[in-house]
Amino acid sequence: MTVPGAATPFLGSTAIAGIGMTELSHASGRSVLSQAVEAGHVALDDCGLRPADVDGVVTFSLFNDSVASQALALGLGLPELTYALDLNLGGQAPCYAVMHAAMAVTCGLARTVLVYRALNGRSGTRVGSTRFAAPTSQYRYPIGLTAYPQYIALWIRRFFIETGGTDEDLAAVVGAQRAHAAKNDRAVRRDPLDLDGYRAARMVVDPLRTVDCTVEVDGACAVVVTSLDRARDLATPPAVIAGAAWSTPRGSGLDIADLHSYADWTRNCQAHLAPRLWGSAGIGPADVDVAEIYDCFSGVVLMGLEGLGLVGRGEAGGFVRSGAIGSGGRLPTNTHGGLLCEGYLHGMNTVAEAARQVQQRAGAGQVPGAETCVVTSGALMDGSALVLAADR
Amino acid sequence: MTVRSQGVIAPDVDADSGWWWEALSAGRLLLPRCDACAAWFFPPMATCPRCAGTAVRGVEAGGRGTVYSWVVVHVALDPSFAGDVPYTVVAVDLDEGPRLFGRLLGDRRPAAGAPVQAIVEVIGGTAVLGFTLV
Repeated sequence: MTVPGAATPFLGSTAIAGIGMTELSHASGRSVLSQAVEAGHVALDDCGLRPADVDGVVTFSLFNDSVASQALALGLGLPELTYALDLNLGGQAPCYAVMHAAMAVTCGLARTVLVYRALNGRSGTRVGSTRFAAPTSQYRYPIGLTAYPQYIALWIRRFFIETGGTDEDLAAVVGAQRAHAAKNDRAVRRDPLDLDGYRAARMVVDPLRTVDCTVEVDGACAVVVTSLDRARDLATPPAVIAGAAWSTPRGSGLDIADLHSYADWTRNCQAHLAPRLWGSAGIGPADVDVAEIYDCFSGVVLMGLEGLGLVGRGEAGGFVRSGAIGSGGRLPTNTHGGLLCEGYLHGMNTVAEAARQVQQRAGAGQVPGAETCVVTSGALMDGSALVLAADR
Repeated sequence: MTVRSQGVIAPDVDADSGWWWEALSAGRLLLPRCDACAAWFFPPMATCPRCAGTAVRGVEAGGRGTVYSWVVVHVALDPSFAGDVPYTVVAVDLDEGPRLFGRLLGDRRPAAGAPVQAIVEVIGGTAVLGFTLV
């Protein structure tokens, strides 16, 4: 089931240019709007554009935890938006939001689109532990199944049952990402963590410990999406959007935490979208130099590696324990430290890191000569992914 | 390990689920079933997710199933369950097909594929689904 690139005309002709982020903190003391505006300004300055150049905005939010595209437009003093999109999604969204921006550019609905995520995710609404109204909450909350760490832990347990995984695999993911984060000044968690340190961490919901969980933060991240032709004239090298896919698999349920209807908890959205992703990019999993895999919880990285076909079934644990995802390994993964260490901007920051890698702008965490990067958004049923490439 | 549950959050019952909760409160586990294609499913909704048929009824379920997965909650992420930790939540594949969740009651450890029996607990006036290993 491959889709030729010709069927998705924005691939190979659009790019991420500028990138902007605020400081990530536990208590910003600032409005979400002011952080969104700062990230937007930084992203535009980064590539040498002005607010007047922006005619499109795409964003996403959960539980009204952000500011609308029109608010960012006001805050940045943008002229008329000819494309605006506010997605009601969480971690599934960042790659998908970039896809929409690229589509808008290619269809002529906008020339330059800001894509952003902004939230006070620590000092405001905490997605990881906030009750939310959804059709299937009534079947979870009464019995004490109340929060994402628990839902994901159910999947990780089943993944371990079927693939033979253990907590050593989780520790290897966390340890590798801590080592990456040590080189990233933006990261909130930068201390090294070995297996003993991992096992000393408090168990939250067996099999997940505190250190397996993302760190919720306040902050914002924005990227500029425009045509490849235009990106070539800007101050930043283009991160070419070379592959893209979304999936809402059969049985995704009635809401983002409905686990009743989706049969296989060991294969998430990445397994469903992988054939179309690779087909759209015209490459295979063996061709990528670096991977940025959505990691609200450590075990999701294992599922992502397998789902994308970067390793075979049952091989993810051995792969991460071999050091393959670390610096200098076969496939450096989550080179910013991931959401586990840099902080939880719902994966918008993971897309930013993917772009930096193929732009050769990832600083101390740069994978030498990285030309192709796969990046994913989403941990459970639905989600998205991109392949980004250097402009060659 | 908690033998029975203490904390509870009252469900936000909706127009599609009222009959299911009403039955549970009477100690009965029903499952939605499509008269047209004979599919069992969950959660309750007005149409069949297999054939989109509208002849959906609640039918008595046997309450037997096997453990698909489970977690042990050590940190209560909602204060309602602060007095319950540690507690175990099991995901059970019922013999009829649908996957449901409940507290694992009793002090035995679950295992993948272990047979379980559904029971209805009433906590603070709210009926909730639980399971015991058989």
